[in-house]
Amino acid sequence: MKTSRIYAYTLRHLYLYKRSLPRLMEVFYWPLLDLVVWGFVSVYILSMAGDGGMPRFVSFFIGALILWDMLFRSQQGISVSFLEDVWSRNLLNIFVSPMSGAEYVASLMLLSVIKLMLTSTVMILLAWLLYSFNIFLLGFSLLPFIANLIVMGWAIGIVTTAVILRFGQQAEVLAWGIALLFQPFSAVFYPVSILPGPLRIIAHYIPSAHVFEGMRQVISNGAFPAEHLLWAAGLNVVYLAVSLVFFRWNFSVVKKKGLLAKGGE
Amino acid sequence: MSAIAEVRGLTKAFNHVVAVDHISFDIHEGEILGLIGPNGAGKTTTLQMLLGLTTPTSGEIRLFGLDLASNRESILQRVNFSSSYISLPYSLTVRENLSVFARLYGVKGAASKIDGLLETFEISSLIDIPTRRLSSGQITRVCLCKALLNDPGILFLDEPTASLDPDIADKTRKLLRRINAERRISILYTSHNMQEMEEMCDRLVFLDKGRILAVGRPGEIKEKFGAASLEEAFLKIARKV
Repeated sequence: MKTSRIYAYTLRHLYLYKRSLPRLMEVFYWPLLDLVVWGFVSVYILSMAGDGGMPRFVSFFIGALILWDMLFRSQQGISVSFLEDVWSRNLLNIFVSPMSGAEYVASLMLLSVIKLMLTSTVMILLAWLLYSFNIFLLGFSLLPFIANLIVMGWAIGIVTTAVILRFGQQAEVLAWGIALLFQPFSAVFYPVSILPGPLRIIAHYIPSAHVFEGMRQVISNGAFPAEHLLWAAGLNVVYLAVSLVFFRWNFSVVKKKGLLAKGGE
Repeated sequence: MSAIAEVRGLTKAFNHVVAVDHISFDIHEGEILGLIGPNGAGKTTTLQMLLGLTTPTSGEIRLFGLDLASNRESILQRVNFSSSYISLPYSLTVRENLSVFARLYGVKGAASKIDGLLETFEISSLIDIPTRRLSSGQITRVCLCKALLNDPGILFLDEPTASLDPDIADKTRKLLRRINAERRISILYTSHNMQEMEEMCDRLVFLDKGRILAVGRPGEIKEKFGAASLEEAFLKIARKV
């Protein structure tokens, strides 16, 4: 794997963000809108409930909103970056270059982290300014929380990319929708205990559900959610491995069927 | 002349449809070889297999003496491709696009290389213009610059002049001929313009229904099919006259 090629491909996307207002809006506009709207909704609900009602409600909600956005951005960082090359009819130029599949996926992962850092920094600052919410109150748990959400986002993004590569732009909608499929089972804004029995079993095998349960545990009693983090990390190893195997298998099928030359169109 | 590319028994079947059927040919050093044939003849599939984009059902492709299937990275380092059907990221300037590809191919002295190529294709003034503002003819020429960045030993050109007006198309053909002569780059060339193929190619591989009907110099192909021009030969085969 050559880092110079990973850097080159990353640079191609950084140039794009430097010059494209719509792309910059994609990074900042929707996350900020979510934060403003849902942040004020949660402040309003808290005020309706009175002082003793739900003292940690705003923290739960804003924390969940920021962390969920990290997962979503991580996934989009992979699949939308891939789509950029489909849209600009540049994919063939990449696949006939010496860049390997592993270098390509590594570049997409790096891009997703860069985009996520940009979005999250602004969201964290705004949450602090508007709602006095300090995400760092999650303490040492914050880093493993974020790492787990990033890896899960990568896994979903890699699978999405493989599917778009195989089925073309008709599958493009997955880039925006597939992460949301995990949201109800991830118990982002409510505890897993709220879910009906069978859904609780599904939630147990979703890494993000453990991250959000852990987040609520830290905010509630300050305890380090070791068990949840271990589950999340273990599941993520499986998710990422499966996604990479799926991508590799799908890539070879696409080459056999001669679909790669269509550049994902 | 030594062979830069050797194709042996190359076959590609999509389910039960055989797109390319046991074809064999060589591309010699410094030669421009044309692939011609009617739609569905197997030209594009052959090109895709030579670029490693499509996996052959059977057969062997050797480039620079190396097997493509097991030496993809080192071979693609010495190969490049351009087509009028692909483009470059629209928001990036010409300089940015070419810099990215120079890095992907590990080109040394990229800045001066880019300047030189832009000058050769008479588009130096476009260097800081975003690609979306270029005409399709200008994009084609930038793509050709990209294709020459790594000093390829072999260049695959898929209808490189399809989007160009006759003046620019003529200049581009002359330029490609000059580059081919000066740098001894082998070129695999496809086009539906028979006059262009006659002008550009040293030899032609005539494909029909996935099989090679004829290989030879344009004059030999015309003679074989008793035609006054390559276009007439093409029509005779396509219409089975």
